[in-house]
Amino acid sequence: MSWEIVVGIETHAQLRTRSKIFSGASTEFGAAPNTQASAVDIALPGVLPVLNRAAVELALRFGLAIGARINRRSVFARKNYFYPDLPKGYQISQYEAPIVQGGTLAIALAEGEKTIRITRAHLEEDAGKSLHEDFHGMSGIDLNRAGTPLLEIVSEPDLRGAHEAVAYARALHALVRWIGVCDGNMQEGSFRCDANVSVRRAGEPLGTRCEIKNLNSFRFIERAIEFEARRQIALLEDGGRVEQQTRLYDPERDETRAMRSKEEAQDYRYFPDPDLLPLVVSEEEIERVRAELPELPDVRRRQFIARGIPATQAAQLTSSIELATYAGLALEGASRGTAPAIANWITGPLSAKLNERGIGIERAPVSPEQLRQLVERIADGTISGKLAKEVDDAMWAGEGSADEIIERRGLRQISDSDAIEKLVDEVLAANAKLVEDYRGGKEKAFNALVGQVMKASRGKANPAQVNQLLRVRLAG
Amino acid sequence: MLNASLSEISAALATKAISSAELTRLFLDRIRALNHALNAFITVDEERSLAEARAADARRAAGSAAALTGIPVAHKDIFCTRGMLTTCGSRMLANYVSPYDAHVVERFARAGAVLLGKCNMDEFAMGSSNETSHFGPARNPWDRRLVPGGSSGGSAAAVAARMTPAATGTDTGGSIRQPAALCGVSGLKPTYGLVSRYGMVAFASSLDQGGPLAKSAADLALLLEVMAGFDARDSTSVERAPEDYRRDLDRPLAGLRVGLPKEYFGDGLEPGVRRAVGEAVRELERQGAITLEVSLPNTGLAVPVYYVLAPAEASSNLSRFDGVRYGHRAAQYDDLLDMYCRTRAEGFGAEVKRRILIGTYVLSHGYYDAYYVQAQKLRRLIAQDFAAAFARCDVIAGPTSPSTAFALGAKSDDPVQMYLNDIFTIPAPLAGLPGLSIPCGFDDKGLPVGLQLMGDYFSEARLLNVAHRYQQATDWHARVPKDAPL
Repeated sequence: MSWEIVVGIETHAQLRTRSKIFSGASTEFGAAPNTQASAVDIALPGVLPVLNRAAVELALRFGLAIGARINRRSVFARKNYFYPDLPKGYQISQYEAPIVQGGTLAIALAEGEKTIRITRAHLEEDAGKSLHEDFHGMSGIDLNRAGTPLLEIVSEPDLRGAHEAVAYARALHALVRWIGVCDGNMQEGSFRCDANVSVRRAGEPLGTRCEIKNLNSFRFIERAIEFEARRQIALLEDGGRVEQQTRLYDPERDETRAMRSKEEAQDYRYFPDPDLLPLVVSEEEIERVRAELPELPDVRRRQFIARGIPATQAAQLTSSIELATYAGLALEGASRGTAPAIANWITGPLSAKLNERGIGIERAPVSPEQLRQLVERIADGTISGKLAKEVDDAMWAGEGSADEIIERRGLRQISDSDAIEKLVDEVLAANAKLVEDYRGGKEKAFNALVGQVMKASRGKANPAQVNQLLRVRLAG
Repeated sequence: MLNASLSEISAALATKAISSAELTRLFLDRIRALNHALNAFITVDEERSLAEARAADARRAAGSAAALTGIPVAHKDIFCTRGMLTTCGSRMLANYVSPYDAHVVERFARAGAVLLGKCNMDEFAMGSSNETSHFGPARNPWDRRLVPGGSSGGSAAAVAARMTPAATGTDTGGSIRQPAALCGVSGLKPTYGLVSRYGMVAFASSLDQGGPLAKSAADLALLLEVMAGFDARDSTSVERAPEDYRRDLDRPLAGLRVGLPKEYFGDGLEPGVRRAVGEAVRELERQGAITLEVSLPNTGLAVPVYYVLAPAEASSNLSRFDGVRYGHRAAQYDDLLDMYCRTRAEGFGAEVKRRILIGTYVLSHGYYDAYYVQAQKLRRLIAQDFAAAFARCDVIAGPTSPSTAFALGAKSDDPVQMYLNDIFTIPAPLAGLPGLSIPCGFDDKGLPVGLQLMGDYFSEARLLNVAHRYQQATDWHARVPKDAPL
């Protein structure tokens, strides 16, 4: 019997507020160490936290976007542990009563859509950073990040295998950026995932899980889960058992390593933070935030699928609001038949060129309307697929619309049988050797003849017609 | 001037009978003369005080005098003061200078007060005798062999010995009222949320409340007007319109309903305390007050509840003292854990460690529900006791402390005996209610006894009224301690 890999994901999404969750210090990334740490952030004696309502609003926006229950009254708690980059000796988080409870996120898989249940999402503050490399025999502490607002989003163990976990992480990443609660910058640590992984034989109860920390790219999520699942399966197949552990993924070695076992797990001594009143949100506040929500990626994705675009590609097109907007405009008025081709052109040549040049879709030199026209000209046989590339290059160079370029450069495909017949006859007359070879059984010679006709037409002849005519003539 | 009320001092300054510089010099000289014996101050900065006094004189001359312009005050060393040590009575912060002023310190500065120095206290406000101070105990001006009470013992001793006209304190389980009682001065713990905790080093956040100590209720009223007020930097600060706490001082007590909780007059009360408090109640009756017995049935639970909740919060609040960013750090250590262990072993005294241990224990996995959650439930019952009592009476009167001042060392080996000394002061902060203590006589040993008055939320003006009327009819509050003669 085969193994089933069960995954739940915890995500820390940095909320896009200008100032920190409990102080007025800036959250801007990349400042000189400890220049954005206020008295509250470095936990001087006597300071007190004051909640930033902007962070609450972003949490509400997320909760409403996933159809969660908003707890009208939630409580901040202290999570106590000692570490040099945790200035107060406790992290302010939410424990028993999180602001967001329940909700779902749909992920797109090749086999269709799957709904993943969200357990909860709660507000908390980030810790600072410890820098162990730069100081000989000492550690540097940068408290700029201390107090940055985080939304910790916890999924149920509904994911099966690394590919579903990655699809979930991507969908969540797309959503938080879409609704503007997080900038999604994974390199800067704005969106970090931990994966809870266990394995079981189909139909068995859940196995013992290990939590893998520190996954800050989609590739690492995939690799770490795959490694971890292989490790657990090997253990079990050898008659061993999985020990509940926290493990760290090492991308250099592509493996996970044990950090601490369940027995070593810390007792965080959570209790309600007496410095903060319970967080109360009103019905009006919730409704105001709901009214401001944009149309969600799920809705757009389903619209794309309805246009005949495959689910995973539709998910790709809705990975950002900018891309989805572009695709939406490009698909406007397109026939059902050309929609998948338009999607292909966006996720293929367009994305490749944008990546190459390092520019965002919102600054693409080819407008959605221009792109649609190009794809339509391929579909209706006006130009060949080969020449489409030339037209696209010209559009990127700012030479106008596809139609203008086709006309100006005379790239219109020749589908007139008389004209093609004339070309074929000329080529046959000029290449007696090839004709002889073909008739002698060399199929290769046929391709060479096609090439000659295409060349004579400067690429404009309709290749299907050329093929057909050549066969007729050579058979005759 | 040493024995004058705040309004008398204010008048003298206004009529130029004395300058703030002269007045400040007077108190600084008094501190110099007495502090070696009483140890009421941890830090005094004469130059700074005199500079502030001269600046106050200049402002007064320019016609811009505020409520306390030129009047010297002292702060408990738990309030952060920019440019001056804030030790909290601990070795941990023995070298700590805050880069900012506490809200209370700001408000006194804005009111024109001159800062005389920082008063001694139990380490991190944990104690009822001032004996846990890293800087040695303050002494009781009535008898230097005795404790001044705690934790605001230095503030109470300084006011009693006339080393300052007034001082600030903080009260978590009685830390203003109990030392006020033991030193024969007046002290007020306001309703929770009335005075901002910003810049007040936290002991138990849900209980801590700053308040004034002075020679009379009238002075307390003026000081409370300076201290009270909304502060956006403290999320538990209450948004209310400013109040004139002196408006009702002279209101007659006729018809006032005074509740006497039977649990506050049981066994364990020293005879001298019982007699003096009984006399005080009779004085209130003479002025027309109606006394009635009330019951606060959960009083006996207050001390155990307090010694779960306060240490729980303290264990977390004191985690920031880790040697990483400021304060004491062990000179030698092997690794990070060793640095933490040595730093905290060296930096904290025995009582602070005891409470961190208790607090850590009651919050631990498997014990949290049995201790912390249970204590929170009982805390609500205690608050309900008061609510029921205040449906029948306007104020509650009783002893502040079951005993008068005790000898240094008498209880320091027996924490439970020490904790029980706060049995009457712990309930009010658990309920968040205001309470004050005023002198109401002396026991056989000639030691002052405190009368405690407690009221409903935000009833400070009423409490001050009752205390003031009592002080108009008595002179206990005007007595000067024999070990600190004028």
